[in-house]
Formats: sequence, structure tokens, C-alpha cells
Amino acid sequence: MKKTQKNGYLRVGLLLTGLMAALILLGMVWTPYDPQAMSVGPKFAPPSLRFLMGTDNFGRDIFSRVLQGAGATFVIALSTVAIGAVCGTVVGALTGYFGGAVDETLMRLNDALTAFPSILLALVVISLLGPGNKYNVILALGLVFIPSFARVTRTAFASLREVNYVKSARLMGASTARILLVHMLPNTLHVLLPALTIGFNNAVLAEASMSFLDIGVTPPDASLGYMLSEAQSLFTAAPWYAVGTGGAIVLLVFSVGLLGEGLQRRDKGVV
Amino acid sequence: MKKNLLGLLLSVALVCAVLSGCGDGSAAQTSEDRVAANAIVVGIAQDLDDSLDPHKTVKAGTREVMFNVFEGLMKPTPNGDLTPAVAESYTVSEDHRTYTFSLREGVKFHNGEPVTAEDVVSSIQRCAAATETGIVQVEAFSVMEDIRATDERTVSITISEPSNEFLSYLTTAILPAGYDQQDTAPVGTGPFRFVSRTAQDSIVLERFDDYWGMPAQLKQVTFKIIENADSLMMSLQSGAIDLCGHLTSTQTAQLGDDFDVAEGTMNLVQALYLNNAEAPFDDVRVRQALSYAVDRQAIIDLAFDGYGSPIGSSMYPAFGKYFDESLTDYYACDAERSKRLLAEAGYPDGFEMTITVPSNYKPHMDTAEVLVQQLAAVGVRATIAPIEWESWVSDVYTNRQFQSTVVGVDASNMTARALLERFTSTYGKNFINYNNADYDRLFREVLATYDDEKQTALYKEMEKNLTENAANVYLQDLADLVAVRKGLTGVTFYPIYVLDLSGIRYTA
Amino acid sequence: MKYACRRVAMLAVTMVIVSLLAFVAFDLISGDPATAMLGTEATPEKVAALQKELGLDRPLLVRYGAWLLGFFTGDLGVSYSYHQSVWDLIAPKVAVTLCLSLLSFLLIAAVSIPLGLRSAVRSGGVLDGARTVLNQLCMAVPPLFTGILLSWLFSTTLRWFIHGQFPALSADFWGAMKYLLFAAVAIAIPRIAMTVRMLRSTVRQELQKDYVRTAISRGNDRSAVLRRHVLKNALVPVVTFLAQTMAEIVAGSIVVEQVFAIPGLGRMLVASISSRDYPTVQAIVVILAFWVVLAGAVADLVNQRIDPRLRLGGRS
Repeated sequence: MKKTQKNGYLRVGLLLTGLMAALILLGMVWTPYDPQAMSVGPKFAPPSLRFLMGTDNFGRDIFSRVLQGAGATFVIALSTVAIGAVCGTVVGALTGYFGGAVDETLMRLNDALTAFPSILLALVVISLLGPGNKYNVILALGLVFIPSFARVTRTAFASLREVNYVKSARLMGASTARILLVHMLPNTLHVLLPALTIGFNNAVLAEASMSFLDIGVTPPDASLGYMLSEAQSLFTAAPWYAVGTGGAIVLLVFSVGLLGEGLQRRDKGVV
Repeated sequence: MKKNLLGLLLSVALVCAVLSGCGDGSAAQTSEDRVAANAIVVGIAQDLDDSLDPHKTVKAGTREVMFNVFEGLMKPTPNGDLTPAVAESYTVSEDHRTYTFSLREGVKFHNGEPVTAEDVVSSIQRCAAATETGIVQVEAFSVMEDIRATDERTVSITISEPSNEFLSYLTTAILPAGYDQQDTAPVGTGPFRFVSRTAQDSIVLERFDDYWGMPAQLKQVTFKIIENADSLMMSLQSGAIDLCGHLTSTQTAQLGDDFDVAEGTMNLVQALYLNNAEAPFDDVRVRQALSYAVDRQAIIDLAFDGYGSPIGSSMYPAFGKYFDESLTDYYACDAERSKRLLAEAGYPDGFEMTITVPSNYKPHMDTAEVLVQQLAAVGVRATIAPIEWESWVSDVYTNRQFQSTVVGVDASNMTARALLERFTSTYGKNFINYNNADYDRLFREVLATYDDEKQTALYKEMEKNLTENAANVYLQDLADLVAVRKGLTGVTFYPIYVLDLSGIRYTA
Repeated sequence: MKYACRRVAMLAVTMVIVSLLAFVAFDLISGDPATAMLGTEATPEKVAALQKELGLDRPLLVRYGAWLLGFFTGDLGVSYSYHQSVWDLIAPKVAVTLCLSLLSFLLIAAVSIPLGLRSAVRSGGVLDGARTVLNQLCMAVPPLFTGILLSWLFSTTLRWFIHGQFPALSADFWGAMKYLLFAAVAIAIPRIAMTVRMLRSTVRQELQKDYVRTAISRGNDRSAVLRRHVLKNALVPVVTFLAQTMAEIVAGSIVVEQVFAIPGLGRMLVASISSRDYPTVQAIVVILAFWVVLAGAVADLVNQRIDPRLRLGGRS
């Protein structure tokens, strides 16, 4: 009984994520309408069989745009988490394993970055890369996400430092890189994995906030976050726009979150 | 566990208490309360985060509001003329070089002091010399040879050459001489006096009871700053705001029955401004090709629900006599012709271009989105680069590092010169790097001409020059939709970017 | 005591890094203050003159030194945009944002701790599944979306508050708190869900441990064990997590203040960044960062009280 339930999250999560991934892939090769084409229908047409999610203020098909935007959001969130996780883990591993002065310095820098407003950081990135560059958001958010990953992995690595198998590996003369990568990293997965899914969640939300503050958007290629902030000012005229894009965000984050939940529970072997 | 539950219950109780009763204190103000107090709240999307000294103000939004606080010797009227304000009347000498102003009796500053000729002289000199940092120099004052107070109520100004536009620049605000708090606590002579400014929150103006002319109807006006478009809409609907300008047709359509919508024009030349010094826009055929590729009416219909007037040169219809309607349809949308021109210029397969757009100006962003689509039809692959306004000012406007940009250019005063001088090759603000010898020559002729009719004809020639050479892809003058709560009336539109509060009143 | 001193020193170092980072950021962002102030009237000569007057032509470190000196003598400088003392400008907003973030924090703590514990203890079954799903859903909702829905529901429809009419804290404290509450809820919802999830998994981990099983099998009262041992041990990571939540709340307030038109520091920050009003930006960055860093320090101290074995950040 318990076993089937535990796999339930994983299965549903996998199913939903797979479905979302399939839709996103589909969106890359085919959409019902050209997502950028204007006046494919009347302005603000409510959802119908022709326009599954209705049309927006330019008469563009929202469903096609959501398909495409979900892809953009997915890529942004995934890359953000990748940058954050890789850099964060490197920092966390080094500081956690070695401790001492390096640890102190990097951790203070880490604290400073956490407390630093991400909007300012994003503007720096935009100024450096130039406006209209779609990697702006990814790089900016990636930077913002490094500290939290660093903190999580640092604790994990620090706690493994004095564990017997690490000690014995050290005695056997294994290189530091090998100890960190082969012996310790796999054992930090139980903290890294949930951090990854929460990170994905936060990345999608953060991207939406950035779009809302007019940072890093490059229309007409819209991410879900950008479309959501567009939809909000049209809430009374076309509620389906907000519901469609907001719903897509929730579904995307939800399915990945469920997957994470399932993975975590299987990993721990607890219900 | 129990402690936590107790905590939860306590907090829920607290929440309910706050929500139900004690919150509805005195500070909450409904629109009915405001009717009783003869006050209104106006929503504006940008703070007056600028010096409030009218001689230093550079932001259009600040000028728009402070129009109610300051006056010059002359002031603009809604139909585009000038009427004496601080001056009661003026005479011009035979040689058109000496203006003599007699000041109006009983004009007082908001601090109670009477306006003297000394104040007038010092105010005008302050803008002519611009020795103080931050003062915006009025370049037209450079022709001034002499300005003096001939007696307590008379000021005479002599200029080196006759100019029929000189008077337009005398709308420069008259300020009390020697008062040094203008930056934060401005004092003028207008129908409203400045009360307070709370950064990123509100600005309060009050009726000036000692105003020389017809006193304002409203007792108090609060400008509420709400940058977020959606939040602005919610505030209109919730009853926090009574009047709000510069709305889009989509926004006004969502407002419901509580509001009337007044329609005017923004008085801007909205265009796809092209950097004429940079390839491929240094080729007139490319610029013309873009002009043929664009369907102005389609932009207006698609992005603005049909509100807006198409234009064909750097002049908008509200300018009446200077506006040449025949230029509007000079480039009728013609994709074939556009492609042919592109092929002639050596771009048979089109090219890639970047449109830099200040991202906080929604109308320009929307326009750019439609432009991208229209340009794609002739093979020009445009991408939008959204940029903050301040970055726009420094990168695009000042340093001219751009390919193309969608913005609206306005006139700081009511002369054709304000719109057309900027494209002469040596002018400091010629951000599109337009360089046309004919155009420069025409402008020199304009300056040398005193006869109004001839001058107008020359200005029209200049407009035509811009159109024929497709200096920019001219689009439209945006519509200005103002939402006014039912029961309020008296919104007047000017050919410049101002909001005149003096005529607004409650009908009941 | 020595520990506390060390913590304060760390805090100071972090703050210095934050303020220096802000200075470096200004140097990198395009659009300098002088050009921004002159707007469309800017010419290269005027810009250069104004830069000199503002002292912007000096090297970065000199400017930073001058600012630091000013900061310690209580002078935050004069706003470029408003020509007013920065402190006068932001003082009322500090209180507003402080109230908003405290309110959000209280909401998160007061709702998520009991919920998290309940869901940890009563795990399994259909209800637990439903809770988990609901939790995941709440995590997925962007605060700005919730904000719009809340203000549409409670302002436009129910008229519980007047959107866009935030009363001054000094004039009508409870009215202001009521207004802030809706914004706080928008910030809190996803954070509550995350904290619940976090608490649930730490408590469940703790429950699996031998000492708990032994204690219960010895016939101790289950809820007493839970309270006395499990909660105490599970609380440490949760307190750390909640402190980190402070950073998220502050980041969230920047967006939510826009959505609800609340005149707080977040809105001021966004506006002054875009007008390149750096003295104001600098002051706000330092205040917000201090708030976040302070939360971290307090969390460390609290954790130390809970578990004195802890020394410096969770290396247990």
C-alpha cells in the first residue's frame, strides 16, 4: 500500500513532466498558428475550438504563444538552475571541504550576494551583454541562484568531511578532486535533488518577477512570465489570457515539483 | 503543538480584527468625501523625480504637472495661441526688435510677495545665461541684446534680429528673485500652489486664492504616483483615483460606467527613428523602403483600436498651420515597391535590424511589436531591444549608439522650430544624424525670414524634405485618452504636453 | 559572548561587501546619473560639468571611501533626483517595508509551522496526498499573480480595501496594516508552502531516528516526545530556512509593492535605479541587505540557543 503511494508522486510527476516536455517539444516544431502572427483572429476572442486559449490584444493565438513561451520559460529556468547548481556546488564543495579562510571569505561574499537586490544584478548583466539579449535573464538569474546552492551543498560537504569513508579515501591517497567528486558528491544528492526542484520553482517565479519589472524581456518572443505580466493589465478585458498563462506556469512548476517530491521520497525511502 | 495552534488562532483573530473594524479609520477617503472637499486625486505613471525648479526641469511629466504652478509673461492657450499672463499687455517696436511688456497689476507669488519687474528680468536672464548648474538654457534667448526694467511695472527686451517666434519663448516661468528653494519647494504665480511632494507616492497642489485671473475651481489636487499600469487600473476601479491621462484604448474599455473618457492628442511625433549615419540607413532607398513597408493605419487599428492620427513628417495635426496633410500618405503601404527599393540598394533578401525601445512606454513597445511583423513581410528581420528610459537617454539620444528606435518626440514650446530645428546637421540634439544641405539651408532661411506666411511655407518645405528623404519612418500622433470620473468636467487639451487643472470642476 | 562578537564582525564584513558591490554595479550599468539628470538636455560638456560637481569623476574607491565616511557620520547624501536628503526621502518608506516584511514573516511562521508539523505527523493516506498536491500548487503560484487576484477580489469586487489609497502609517496604523496584509498574503503563499514542505521532511527524518522510536516504544507519550525532542532538533534547519526566507520576502516586496501601489522601499529602489539616483539606491540597498543579513544572524543566535553544540552556521 505504502509502496504504491510512494511511487504515485514519482509516476504522476513523471507523467506530467513528460507531457509538458512533449508539449514544449511540439511547440518548437509546430503550433496551431504562428505565435507571432497578428490578427489571426479578432482581438480578445474568448477561448473556443479555433483558439483554445483565446486571442490577445493583437489578435494572436494565445495557445500557440503559450506553447512557445513555455519552451522559453523551461529553457530559462533549467539553465538558471544549471548555472546556480554547478557554480554553487563548486563553491559549496570547496568551502565545505576545506573550511578555513577560503570558507569565511566565500561565505561572506555569498551572504552579500543573497542580500543584494537581484534587480540591480540583472541590470548590470544587461548593461554588460547589451539589451535585447535573451541570455541576459539566464545569466542574471543564474548568478542570483548561486548563493543558495552554495549554502546547501556547503553544509552537506562539511558534514561528510569527517565521515569514515572519506577519511579512508584520504588516507589511501586519493586526490581531492576524486574525493569530492566520487566519494562525496553522490552522497550530497539527497540535499541537492530537492534543492534543484525548488530551484526550478524559484527560477520560474523569479523570471516572472523580472518580466514584470520590464527587465530582460525581448518581445515578441515571449516567456510565460512576460506574457503573464502582459495579461495582468488586460485582466478585465481578457481574463482567459491571465488564466491561460498563469495556469501554464503553475502546471509547469507543479509537474516538476511533483517529480521532485517523488524523487525525494524514493531517495529517502520514507513515505 | 498546542502552542503553535494557539498562535495560529491568535493570529487569525488578529487578522479578523484588523480586517473588520479598526481599520476603517479616518484616513480612508471615498470619492464622495472628495466631492464634499472639492478635491480630486489624479493618477500619474511617473513621479516628479526631478528638480521642481521650472528652469531646471527636463522631464515632460514634471512640466505637465507644474504647468499649473508657473506662468511666464505669456502663456499658451488651448488653441495654440499665446495670451498675456504675468504681463498685461505688450508692444513691439517698428523695427520688430524691441518688446515692451507692462506687468499686470496685483499678480502675486504663492509666498504672498508681489511680482516686480526685477523678478521678471532675473528670471529671463537666469535662463539666458544658464550660469547656475542644472539650468536648461533657452537657446532662443541668445538673440537677446538687452533686457531691462524701465520702471517698476515695465520690462523691455531688445533682440538683435526680428523674430516672430521670440514671444513663444517668453512662456518661461517667472520666479521670485533671490528665492533659493525652487528645487524642492517651488513658488510661482499659477492658479495652483505647490504644497508637498512625497517621493514615489504623491504630490499635492492647492488652489491659490490670490490668483490674478479666474481662480481654479478645485480646492485641492493630489497627484498619486502609480507606475504599474495594472495597479493604476485597479486604483481607478477601486475609487482611489478620479482622473488619469495617457491611457490606452484597451485600458479605458475596461473602466466601466463610473468614468467618462475624453479624447485628445498626445502631441508627439511617434516614428521609427533611424540612425541616418549608420548602414544600412545611410542609404535613402533603404529608408524609403522601410517607409513603404509600414502600414500606419494598420498599426493604429491593431495596437490602438483606431485611436491616433497618422503623420508623414515631423509635425502633428494640433499644430494647425504648420501641418501639411498631403505628406501623410506620401508613402502608401506598398510591399512590392519596398522590396524593389531594397533590391536596388543591394538588399534583395532584406537585412537584420534592431529596434531599441524604452520598455516602460507601452505604446511604443506595442508599436514596435507590430512593426516587427510588418517589416518581416518585406524580408527585414527586426528584433526589439527593450531598454530603460535612462539608458535610452544616454545610449540612444546622447551617444547615438543605436540603429533604430521607436519613441515620440514632443515640442517643448509652441513653435515649429521646436520640432524641426533638431534635424539640422549641426544641432546638438540631432540624434538621428540627419545631414541634408537643403534642409540646413531652409532652416537658415527660416531664421532670416520675418514674414509669417513665408516662414510657414519654409517650415513646410522642411517637413517635405524630411518626408522625401525618409529621414525617419513617421507613424502617428498618439491619442491621449483621459479617464474622468462621472461628475467631473472641464478637461481641456493643449497642443503641448500639459494637464491644465484650472478648469476642472465638479458639476453637481 | 565571544561568539556574538564574531557574528557582529561577520555581519559588518558582509555589509561592507554589499555596499561595495552596489558601487561597482553603478559603474557597470549603462546610463550615468549626470546624463539621467540632464535628460534630453544633455550635452557632453554639460554632462562633464555636472559629473564634476557631483564628484562622479573621481575613482571608484575614492567615491566609496567618501560614501562610507558619510555613512558613519550619519550622512547618506542628497538624492540626485529629488534634491533632498536621502534619509528624509526614505525614512517613511523604511517603516512601511519593515511592516510589510514582518507581517509576511509572521504569516509564514504562524501558518507554516503548525501546518508542517501536522502534515509530518499525520502522513500517509489520501489526505496527505491531497495536502502534498495542494502544497505543490501553492508553491507554483507567482506572487504577482496572487497579488492581482487578491486585489481584484478584495478591492474591485468586495471593496474590503481601496486599492491605491494606502494610508500613512502615522495617520492610520491599523488601516495601513490592513492594506499591507493583502500584500503580505501574496508574498507568503508560496513561501508557506515551501516552509511546510521543508518542515515536514525534517520532522519526518527526525521521527525515523532511533531515539524517537525508542522513546515511544518505551511508552512515552507520543506528543510529548514530539514536542520535547523532535521539534527541538527539527527546528534548527527550519529556523535557518526561515531566515533565508527573509531574503525572498524582501525580493518579493519589490514586486508586490508595485502590484498594490504601496509606497515602500522596493518601489523606491526600482524607481531610483531607473533614474540613476545612486545615493538613494545605495542607501536602500544597504538597508534592505542589513535586514536580510540581520535575519541570518538572528537565526544563528536562535539556533545556538536551541542547540548549543552549534558553532557558526550549521556545521553540526
